[in-house]
Amino acid sequence: MSNAQAQIELANWQQSFQRRAQRTGLRVFMVVVSALFFLFTVAVITRSQYSDWQSLAEQPWQPLFDPWQLWLNTSTLIGSSLALQWARQSSAKGQYRSAAIAFWLAGGCALAFLFGQIWVWFTLASLGYVVGANPANSFFYVLTALHGLHLLGGLLVWSKIAVKLMHKTPLPQLSFSIELCSVYWHFLLVLWLLLFMLLTSSGETFNAIANFCGF
Amino acid sequence: MAYSDSHDAPKSFFYRYIWSQDHKVIAIQYSLTAIFMGLVGMLMSWFMRLQLGFPDEFDFVTPSAYYQFMTMHGMIMVIYLLTALFLGGFGNYLIPLMVGARDMVFPYLNMLSFWFYFLSVLVLMASFFVPGGPTGAGWTLYPPQAILPGTPGSDWGIITMLTSLVIFIVAATMGGLNYVTTVLQARTKGMTLMRMPLSVWGIFMASIMALLAFPALFVSGLMMLLDKTLGTSFFMPAIVSMGQQLDFEGGSPMLFQHLFWFFGHPEVYIVALPAFGIVSDLISVHARKNIFGYKMMVWSIVAIGAMSFVVWAHHMYVSGMNPYFGFFFATTTLIIAVPTAIKVYNWLLTLWRGDIHLTVPMLFAVGFISTFVIGGLTGLFLGNVIVDIPLSDTYFVVAHFHMVMGIAPIMVVFGGIYHWFPKISGRMYNEALGQMHFWITFVGTYLIYFPMHYIGFLGVPRRYYAYDNYDFIPPSVDDLNSFITVVAIVVGVSQLLLIYNLARSTFKGEKADANPWQATSLEWQTPTTPPGHGNWGPEQPKVYRWAYDFSVPGAKHDFIPQNIPNEDVPLAQEGQPLKGIDT
Repeated sequence: MSNAQAQIELANWQQSFQRRAQRTGLRVFMVVVSALFFLFTVAVITRSQYSDWQSLAEQPWQPLFDPWQLWLNTSTLIGSSLALQWARQSSAKGQYRSAAIAFWLAGGCALAFLFGQIWVWFTLASLGYVVGANPANSFFYVLTALHGLHLLGGLLVWSKIAVKLMHKTPLPQLSFSIELCSVYWHFLLVLWLLLFMLLTSSGETFNAIANFCGF
Repeated sequence: MAYSDSHDAPKSFFYRYIWSQDHKVIAIQYSLTAIFMGLVGMLMSWFMRLQLGFPDEFDFVTPSAYYQFMTMHGMIMVIYLLTALFLGGFGNYLIPLMVGARDMVFPYLNMLSFWFYFLSVLVLMASFFVPGGPTGAGWTLYPPQAILPGTPGSDWGIITMLTSLVIFIVAATMGGLNYVTTVLQARTKGMTLMRMPLSVWGIFMASIMALLAFPALFVSGLMMLLDKTLGTSFFMPAIVSMGQQLDFEGGSPMLFQHLFWFFGHPEVYIVALPAFGIVSDLISVHARKNIFGYKMMVWSIVAIGAMSFVVWAHHMYVSGMNPYFGFFFATTTLIIAVPTAIKVYNWLLTLWRGDIHLTVPMLFAVGFISTFVIGGLTGLFLGNVIVDIPLSDTYFVVAHFHMVMGIAPIMVVFGGIYHWFPKISGRMYNEALGQMHFWITFVGTYLIYFPMHYIGFLGVPRRYYAYDNYDFIPPSVDDLNSFITVVAIVVGVSQLLLIYNLARSTFKGEKADANPWQATSLEWQTPTTPPGHGNWGPEQPKVYRWAYDFSVPGAKHDFIPQNIPNEDVPLAQEGQPLKGIDT
């Protein structure tokens, strides 16, 4: 084997090694995040069984009975996830322009989601549903904040890739990062949907879950 | 992985020793910081012992200070010493070298892991200087008392403690991601999972457990921090404090206990599993025998790791739980003793008719078996609800958990340090000082904790600052307490032997051979000692066998390194093939 061939083989091997490591690292990280939110969910359900719990979606006058703001935010996060999927597929096909547009769109939607969540916080606070007023409120703020922080972490990686896209880095060098980014985004979307269900559940639903779990 | 793709070799002092991405440097950074924290924790224990052994003789040990020392001692020893040292120290040093990798798979994240740990240490140490001093809530930090007036450090003390823990968990997660991914993806050619040394298995499983258990501490810590700072009522019930009705309402202190111990019990095994793994290697190498029942040892590690998540409430028998709940947890607790006992038998069977070399690492390994068995047996007592309830608040429990997760793992820490010191520093330690260190520590710890079991059986309650006017406590307990205190101080001072030995030997010790113990695992086969940047020179090693080919019949030497193929093994007699080896 010539020296040049050996170098190419080495580079390919290194790339595949790094990709396997990154993919595994991301999967392990998603397991850790799942454990974190699972434990929070257990805490929510346990705490909901105490008499002072006032669900945010129980009655028509409660702020999340008609959670249209959260639906709006959810749609932006779904949009973000879809756009990243589009970016992933475009980059796999080598379509630079559409990959870049979709990637930028995904970041924009994710940012809109985060601002939307802050908007919901302000709305709740203005209605008197501040963080310490009731454990249901407290969990709402804590869980949305933690989910937002995880998305913010994702946006840091997104911005690194975005800078490379701006500098016209060839797509084959970016497609794997875009793929991992999209996996993480989908994961955060599913996580958000579960949190959305949990946080807008009625007292009856909490009781049913708690009974089912034997609390 | 080839040589060139590792991160570049650092050139300046700053990037080489401080902002370093090299796993070996990070391991040493972790270890030195953890050992420093261990010394702080030991100092705290001395202060407590002074009060217990010689009540009211030392004015600075006030009741509040006593509880602050107790809390800081417990938290420092469990989290900032043992967890950090086993995973951050041993894990960082050993995993890449033992699996034949050039470094951790995410070196930058690994570096950040140490600096986050360091930050958590700084925040924790800052609690000694904040108004009110550190928290005195006990290492379990139970609400509601942890954040209410009357408990020492219930303002800034508890805030700094919880903040420090949250930062520590971020550090542990960064580290854990690296350890797990490195084991899964960066093993060199031929290094199958079932050829890995048990040290790696122990650290690997403990890392997985840390990644799954620390979130529970994160959740409970964060929620309590919010109860303290934002007035939420996650854990705080409606309560009157100092004659005032507080704003809290309806919170559940029991929820905290469940979350805390869902982390807390796996934490015992996060410390124990690396110790199990390392001690297996020490025993095998220094007894010149293959480890007995390797596969059983691996599956025991996995089983203990999995089961440790379903025993947590045995720490809560006195919380008033449903008796059926207690029965379940007593059963799981006794079941987890089975794989643990398998490991103990296998260590003993490895020693059986071995060519035992009583080196300092081996002495500590044997010391571990002894102390672990004692602590484990008392654990079987306490695992039963009916025995635990009367003993739960006595010194019997203090003696139990110090033997099983204080002394036993620290024996392995010492054994591991002496064992790998020649590879880390390139120098040999002073044997006489090492032996002295072992005997004082080993005999001393028995002198401390054996009487403590007896004091516990007499019903002497733990967590008390003073024992005035307790008629049921005989005067002999005072004498025993004085005796324990004197021994504790002697054992504590004797740890300076280790520090002096390591410090002196690093610079003036005899130059070490690359493989002074004639061990088989890969870390002893590096081209340079200490290993250089990238560990392996131009070519990574290739693995042909497990890590336990000792005293193989037909082989010229009593060990065959993992990277030697069968055809290259020197034979005792030409024409006589090797027998009974793993291929």
